[in-house]
Amino acid sequence: MIEFIDVVKSYSVGNQALKGVSLQIEDGEFVFLVGPSGSGKSTIIKLITGELRPTSGSVHVNGYSLERIRKREIPYLRRTIGVVFQDFRLIDTKTVYDNVAFAMRVIGAKEKEIRERVPYLLELVGLDNKSRRHPGELSGGEQQRLAIARALVNNPSTIIADEPTGNLDPARSFEIMSLLQEINKLGTTMLVVTHAQDLVEQFSNRVIVIEDGLIASDGMEGYYSYENQ
Amino acid sequence: MKISNLGYLLKEGIRGIFLRGFMSFAAVCVTVACLVIVGSFASLVYNVSVIVEDLNETSEIRVFIDETLSDAEAKSVHTKINQLGDNIKECVFVSKEQALEDFVADHDYDPAFDGLEPDYLRHRCVVVLEDNTQMRETADAILAVPGVADITAEFELAEGFSMVQQVLQVVSIAVISVLLVVSLLIISNTVKLAMYDRRDEIAIMKMVGATNGFIRFPFMVEGFILGMLGAAIAFGLEWLMYDGLVAKINELEGEMELFSFVPFETLLVPMVCTFAAAGLFVGIVGSWTSIRKFMDV
Repeated sequence: MIEFIDVVKSYSVGNQALKGVSLQIEDGEFVFLVGPSGSGKSTIIKLITGELRPTSGSVHVNGYSLERIRKREIPYLRRTIGVVFQDFRLIDTKTVYDNVAFAMRVIGAKEKEIRERVPYLLELVGLDNKSRRHPGELSGGEQQRLAIARALVNNPSTIIADEPTGNLDPARSFEIMSLLQEINKLGTTMLVVTHAQDLVEQFSNRVIVIEDGLIASDGMEGYYSYENQ
Repeated sequence: MKISNLGYLLKEGIRGIFLRGFMSFAAVCVTVACLVIVGSFASLVYNVSVIVEDLNETSEIRVFIDETLSDAEAKSVHTKINQLGDNIKECVFVSKEQALEDFVADHDYDPAFDGLEPDYLRHRCVVVLEDNTQMRETADAILAVPGVADITAEFELAEGFSMVQQVLQVVSIAVISVLLVVSLLIISNTVKLAMYDRRDEIAIMKMVGATNGFIRFPFMVEGFILGMLGAAIAFGLEWLMYDGLVAKINELEGEMELFSFVPFETLLVPMVCTFAAAGLFVGIVGSWTSIRKFMDV
C-alpha cells in the first residue's frame, strides 16, 4: 500500500514541488498519475522509491515509513517495488537474460531460482527467444518489455512505471499498457505516470491528476474529464 | 551481501577489468609510472646515503699517547679509551714501531728515512666513531683520559658529511612523500573516471535494491587486481632498470670503482612491501572513495 499524508516537499533552492499531497493506493490497484511537466509527478515517484525524503507529512510504502527510513533499509524497500523508466535503463553490456538475472542476484537469489524464474519472465513479456541478445539489438518496445521483466523478477508488490510509453509508437504503447494491465490482474499494484491521454482513456482505471504540487482530481473519470473542467 | 554471491561478485570484478579495457589499461599505466618514479628516486637516495655513510666512516680520531709512558701503560690507555662509551665503534692500538713502518711505507721506503728510530714517534690509537656528529664531544672525552698527549681529527669534514646525510634524509622523505601523494591523487582520479563511466550501471543497481556492499565489492575486486597488477609491473621494471643501470655504470667506470651500488636484492623486500602496499591502497581506497559519490541515488 502507498499512502501520502499531507506531504510537502521543498527543494533547497526554495521551490515547493509538493504543497500538501494526500493520497492512498490500495494493494492490487491500477492507478494513472497524470499532470503537466513540473507538476510534481517525478517528486512523488522519488519519494516512493526513497530517493527523496518529505519535508513534512508522512509517506508509507509497503510497510516502510519513508520520513524516518534508515539509509541501510532503502535497498530492502526498493526490493518491494519494481520501477520501469521511459528510457528503459538497461545495462547494454549484459545480455537480455543477464539484465533480468542481475536484479535477482542483487538480492542474493540462488542460481537455481534464477535459472527457473528468468525464462518464465522472459516468456511472459515475449522475449524468450531473444535471451542471448543485448539491449542494443532490441526495438524500443522490446527494450521496455525487458525493463518490465526486470521490474517483475523479484515479485514486487508494486510496480511504478514512469512514462513507460514515452519513447514508443502508439501500437507499442498500447501493447505495453496492456501488458501492465495483465500484470496488475495477477495482483501487483500498478502506478503508471504518463502524458499519454489517449492511453489513459482506453483503460478504465483510477486517474490521479496532479497540478502545481497539489492533487487536482482523483477518480475514475479519466484525464479528458479533468481537461474539460 | 551474501556468501552465495561471492563467486558472482568476484567474476563481475574480473569481467569489469576487460569490459572497460581502456580505463583498466590507463589505471595500470598510471600506477606503474608513479611507482617507478617513486621507486627510482628512493633507490637513488638510498644509494647516495650509503655512499655518504661509507665516506663518513673514513673519518677517524688519531690519539697520541704520552711518550713518557711505558708500553704496558700505553696499552692501558688504549683500554680506557675503548671503555669510554657507546660512540666508540673501533679503537685500534698502533705501536710506535708499527707507526714508523707505516710512515716509511707511505713514503715508498725512501732511503732518507733509513736509520730512523721508533722513539721519534709516539704510541697511538686510531678511533672510529659510531656517530660522527658527536665527534667533538667524544674527542674531548678522549683528551681527558690520563696519558693522552694529543689528538688530531678532521672535525669539519666529518661534520660536513653528517650534515649532508641529515639534509639528504629530510629532503628524500619530503620528496618521496610528495611523489606518493601526487601518485595517489593521479591514480585515484583515474579510478574516479572509470567510476564515472559506470554511474548509470550503479544507479540501476541501486534502483533494483542492491545494497552498498553488493555494489562496491566488484569495484573493490577490480581496484585490487588493477592496483596489484600495476605494482607487480612497476616492481619488475624497477628491477630491470636498476640492474641494467648499475651494470652500465660499472662498465663505464672500468676498474676505478668510484661508486659501489647496493645490489637490488638489498632493496627487494622493502620495495616489494612498499609497492604492494601502495598498489593495495590505491586500488581499494581509490575505488572506495571514488564510488562514494555515485552511491547517493
